Amino acid sequence: MKIITVNFVTCAVKECKTSPSSFPLHFHDAELELQEVDFQPEFIRNVIPRIDWEGLRATANELGFPSLPESKPEGEALNNEQTLKDLHRLLLETQVMDGKLVCGNCGHEYVIKEGIANFLLPSHLV
Amino acid sequence: MADAYEQQNVHEVYQQIAGHFSATRYKPWPIVERFLQELTPGSVGLDVGCGNGKNLMVNKDVFIVASDRSENLARIAVRHQPHSAVVADILELPHRDAFFDFAISIAVIHHLSTPARRVQAVAEILRTLSRGSETQPGGKLLVYAWALEQKDSRRGWDKGDPQDIMVPWVRKAKSDQEQSQTFHRYYHLYEEGELERDIAQAGGVVLESGYEKDNWWAIATPKPAP
Repeated sequence: MKIITVNFVTCAVKECKTSPSSFPLHFHDAELELQEVDFQPEFIRNVIPRIDWEGLRATANELGFPSLPESKPEGEALNNEQTLKDLHRLLLETQVMDGKLVCGNCGHEYVIKEGIANFLLPSHLV
Repeated sequence: MADAYEQQNVHEVYQQIAGHFSATRYKPWPIVERFLQELTPGSVGLDVGCGNGKNLMVNKDVFIVASDRSENLARIAVRHQPHSAVVADILELPHRDAFFDFAISIAVIHHLSTPARRVQAVAEILRTLSRGSETQPGGKLLVYAWALEQKDSRRGWDKGDPQDIMVPWVRKAKSDQEQSQTFHRYYHLYEEGELERDIAQAGGVVLESGYEKDNWWAIATPKPAP
């Protein structure tokens, strides 16, 4: 599971959707792997405006990556090749292969196995 | 129970046939292709019931979180960069409210076995799409469902035929020692106008709709906030 994906998912439990603590989900026991993906600077530049920056900072922090800048790169900063490369590496190339994603609201744990996160709920949570 | 029924007659079948199913599905349909190609670069959206991910090949300038109920299919779909694939249920999508720019759900909702669950499925996808305002259009959903009216197809169904059916999937034997296996999947065949009615009931507004390749399709958006 790519780091960018965590920015676009939340808890599958209906009642959690309205709770701010359900986003972002928290990694537990994450096993990371770097997988090369073609670098498309335009893609990163275009998708950054749709990223929840606070959420991404929290995720990067939990995984032990160097801190991201406090504010989201905008305008001129998005022309900086190194900034885009760093974000490409973090968002698209860094994969969580095994571990769990945990909801900060209900505590439910979603398992990530061989790179695929499973959001199916047990019947008592549906 | 409808969910147990679908577990047996839809989900388990796809787990079984994932590899063979995927090998026979490689070309996106023209209207799906057009819808995806017309998106603004940097748009973020969903492919709900992505199957093998054949629609993830169309546009690499947008980001898609694809999901499927079958882990075996999600594992095939995840190979398409730069996108992503997870395992999720269409009735409990792990996505925030009113956020996404677009969604597609191609040949999926016809696998839900009651009218209420089909409407709920559409409502669940619409929930994740950004709401329009006077100045900005809302997120768009493209949805396809198998048509009852397809008398010229190999199946030959038409108006007046039963709408809730089991459709066989035959996995041919690869050698003399092997036996061919037949699986049955549940389908609800949509009649003309039914998809639009489901969307309206789910709180959506139909922007465009039509018929392509034995399927009814529609493009819809959530009703703008009052």
